[in-house]
Amino acid sequence: MNRRTLLASAALAMSLGGAALAQDTTKACFVYVGPIGDGGWTYQHHQGALAVQEAYGDKVEIAWQESVPEGADAERVLTQMALSGCNIIFTTSFGYMDATNAVAAKFPDIKFEHATGYKREHPNVATYDARFYEGRAVLGHIAGKMTKSNKIGYIASFPIPEVIQGINSYYLHAKKVNPDVELVVTWAYTWFDPSKEADAARAMIDQGVDVIAAHTDSTAPLGEAAKENGAVIGFGQASDMAAFKPSPRVASIIDNWAPYYVKRVGAVMDGTWEQGASWAGMPEGEVVIGEITEAVPADVKAEAEAMIAAITAGEYHPFTGPINKADGSAWLAEGEVADDGTLAGMNFYVEGITAEIPN
Amino acid sequence: MDLSAINPILLVASIMVSATPILLAALGEMVVEKSGVLNLGVEGMMITGAVVGFVVAVASGLPVLGFVAGALAAAVLSLSFGVLTQYLLSNQVATGLGLTMVGLGLSALIGKPYEGVKAPTLPKLDLGPLSDLPVVGRMLFSHDVMVYLSLLLVVAVWAFLKFTRAGLILRAVGESHDSAHALGYKVVRVRMAAIFFGGACAGLGGAYLSLVRVPQWTEGLTAGAGWIALAIVVFASWRAGRVLVGAYLFGGITVLQLNLQAAGAQVPVALLSMSPYLITILVLVLISARGVHGAPASLGRSFHASH
Amino acid sequence: MIRLEKRPTPSRLWTAVTPVFAVLATMLVGGALFGFLGADPFEAIRTIFWDPLFHPQFAAYSRPQLLVKAGPLILIAIGLSIGFRAGIWNIGAEGQYIMGAVVGAAAGLALYPSDSVLVFPLMILAGALGGWAWAMIPAVLKTRFGTNEILVSLMLVYVAQTILASVSSGLLRNPEGMGFPGSRNFKQWDAAHNAEIIAGTGMHWGVAAALIAVIAAYVLMARHIQGFNIRLTGEAPRAARFAGVSPTRIVVLCLGISGALAGLAGLFEVTGPAGQITIDFNSNYGFTAIIVAFLGRLHPIGILLAGLLMALTYIGGELAQLMLGVPGASIQLFQGMLLFFLLATDVFTNYRVRIGAKGVA
Repeated sequence: MNRRTLLASAALAMSLGGAALAQDTTKACFVYVGPIGDGGWTYQHHQGALAVQEAYGDKVEIAWQESVPEGADAERVLTQMALSGCNIIFTTSFGYMDATNAVAAKFPDIKFEHATGYKREHPNVATYDARFYEGRAVLGHIAGKMTKSNKIGYIASFPIPEVIQGINSYYLHAKKVNPDVELVVTWAYTWFDPSKEADAARAMIDQGVDVIAAHTDSTAPLGEAAKENGAVIGFGQASDMAAFKPSPRVASIIDNWAPYYVKRVGAVMDGTWEQGASWAGMPEGEVVIGEITEAVPADVKAEAEAMIAAITAGEYHPFTGPINKADGSAWLAEGEVADDGTLAGMNFYVEGITAEIPN
Repeated sequence: MDLSAINPILLVASIMVSATPILLAALGEMVVEKSGVLNLGVEGMMITGAVVGFVVAVASGLPVLGFVAGALAAAVLSLSFGVLTQYLLSNQVATGLGLTMVGLGLSALIGKPYEGVKAPTLPKLDLGPLSDLPVVGRMLFSHDVMVYLSLLLVVAVWAFLKFTRAGLILRAVGESHDSAHALGYKVVRVRMAAIFFGGACAGLGGAYLSLVRVPQWTEGLTAGAGWIALAIVVFASWRAGRVLVGAYLFGGITVLQLNLQAAGAQVPVALLSMSPYLITILVLVLISARGVHGAPASLGRSFHASH
Repeated sequence: MIRLEKRPTPSRLWTAVTPVFAVLATMLVGGALFGFLGADPFEAIRTIFWDPLFHPQFAAYSRPQLLVKAGPLILIAIGLSIGFRAGIWNIGAEGQYIMGAVVGAAAGLALYPSDSVLVFPLMILAGALGGWAWAMIPAVLKTRFGTNEILVSLMLVYVAQTILASVSSGLLRNPEGMGFPGSRNFKQWDAAHNAEIIAGTGMHWGVAAALIAVIAAYVLMARHIQGFNIRLTGEAPRAARFAGVSPTRIVVLCLGISGALAGLAGLFEVTGPAGQITIDFNSNYGFTAIIVAFLGRLHPIGILLAGLLMALTYIGGELAQLMLGVPGASIQLFQGMLLFFLLATDVFTNYRVRIGAKGVA
């Protein structure tokens, strides 16, 4: 993955700023919730934006804005983007949902794409999300196989459906290959706070957890795992976090928005854009498992790769019954597959996770 | 719930590491405030130390050099605050907040090419037989050099303020700059030195975050640690020993609440999550109810020699 | 030797001229910064300071937005300035802002979907009360136990943030929101919507409240006996005590006012520009307002102007990112520089620069 240097980005900006808004260029705009340099969520969205530029060259112009708060400022930023001549605007965080729809109402000719939300109140609003739980299943499998203490950990951000899906999927697949496995969840109540994430990882390591997955943005949990000289492993989150290869980072779950962004901008260019609700995953290349390193035994790696292949081919759904809810009630019968509606609003743990979801 | 999963030895060990950045920054800020200057720019100085320390450590391959550079860079940045507040007599609160903005912006620009890179980390200090002692060996004698340096610094600052003549002058300047001036002390120079020291300490704390705790550079790395350091100084009633208590208490509750979560304690997570802040308030209330205060009397006031 | 000599009264001329100098200096240095980053310096400066006001494409929209952005900053800063004048350091306006929004929103949502005209006034009341109550914690702790309000108010920001996260995924969650965090949207509920008073002007009730607060604070500080007491407490605490001013009363009054105004700002934002309670609803208005308060020299009119200037750099900064692709961090640095220059040149207002040895008076 190329890390952009400051000057390269500035040079790009120059050439963009100088280009007049000709009729034949399409302008794609991106609103980011964090700084591009967060190394995680926003960084990956920006990689998608750069891929759009790469794919269409001169025919497309991209513009973006970093660190846009989800509160009162979002609507203004979106409106200014619309006024600046953007043809399609990607709003890359859940909190922009209502602002996106409100601005879309005012600019019916501009296409809006909102990430991870569900409201499409106007024909020019589409939503998109990624099936991260597919990737979590693979990580769970590796975790279940690799743990020696039978205690695996998950650093969670906020109790929202996307995070709950991830926890459930991770646990189910660890449990499947290791019935003795126990899941420890800690809630950081933040998306990004390296010190706290490190503390959370340390607390779990001290309590015997030896595989840590994180749903927060920084590399701090991997940094903490690295201090255990190979006894504790973890996974890259959102981006590859390749600096921690081959261990403690033994694999990673990567958000790859590039295919979707390229496709949707292309649709605007040739006039075929339509409203939709995309929820893509491994088959579309939107969720990618980064290199599984040599720290993982060959047979485990082969199994993980087989699972990736099965999910990618559409042959396997990570939430396939029989699965009970944590309260013991039945959720999915034998062979039954979870429907998207339930998954999208998931607010329960599966059987075997003893903790409770906070609220 | 399985509270036996929490190992007190490891808990103490991780508290010491967790509290070190805040301890360093708070200790520096305490000296600044003792001299009568309120610098709210700790967050900005910390993150500058974090990024410069990281860049230098990566470039040189020497973490120690990173710490030195981080401390220096933050100290130099803090001089901008010093010039504004001491020579141009600007308002300290606003200037400090401006310093935070400058630090956050500047650090992000400096750090851009270094995102995703891993820094050489600081090895644990080999303390020979001490590290092999049962219980205390793992708890106290298995850390990196910065943890011990921060503790040493607590003692040094305490001794400096209590026993040395320079420390006395610094306190005098903070209590009453007019009297100190009348006695012939260079108020502005003393304060500039204190600000420089405070910046260096904040820089060390920041570098500890980017080189040991995380250890990577990402924008906004400090995530509010500087604000906590400011609070710790108040908590400590401007005493070195209590800065240590405050930093370890705050770090301790943070680490403990995460440990309780991991152990599956049946306490609402939101409550656990806010516990470090609530308990810090509670303890300060208990302390202050006993009537111990001690903010330097000239804190936050500009000094001008003409009157 | 260069030395400063205190003016007997602040110079009116310099009060007016220094901000202009500061802005010019920022343009120069900031322009160099943007030039270094590869953008056209002139274009960058024009985009930040000129375009939000006069750009044919944006101005019609962004001019009213200046009021929308500045409104909460001014409202909070006015409250803070009163406390700062009395030497009471409320650093936690961010927390009071959050709690005002949460309590106000909760009061409204309890009545959903009533269309009574009383819903919005009730929410305003609850919002002010929420912010006030949150500020009363440091006030009571300070007056009862002598606990330092800097620490308490700051720590309570983090507590408020956790409460915010908790209620937006629990208590106040939109029941029709498919399990996602976030409350109902007040913009879609007329009775609770803080709409523009005159469409297209950006003038919503929060901006109106900010302007009223500016006037009220001016009257309070310049004409009212409590204003005098507040200033006296800040400038000469001992004298104030001898004059019979109760320090307890001043602490409760000042923290109360600043808390209530911050709470109001939160309520007006959540029912207006933001629309809903979400995990990250707050966006540092409470901290930025501290800068606005001091930039305005703790004077109501100054705060009004400072709030507008900050709003201009925010909106201009957004446009610069969008149009020129400069990194967001450079905007932050730019704002910090502007602040530095404004503060640095302030010295000329209160001091004369004398060159030469200290003469005999």
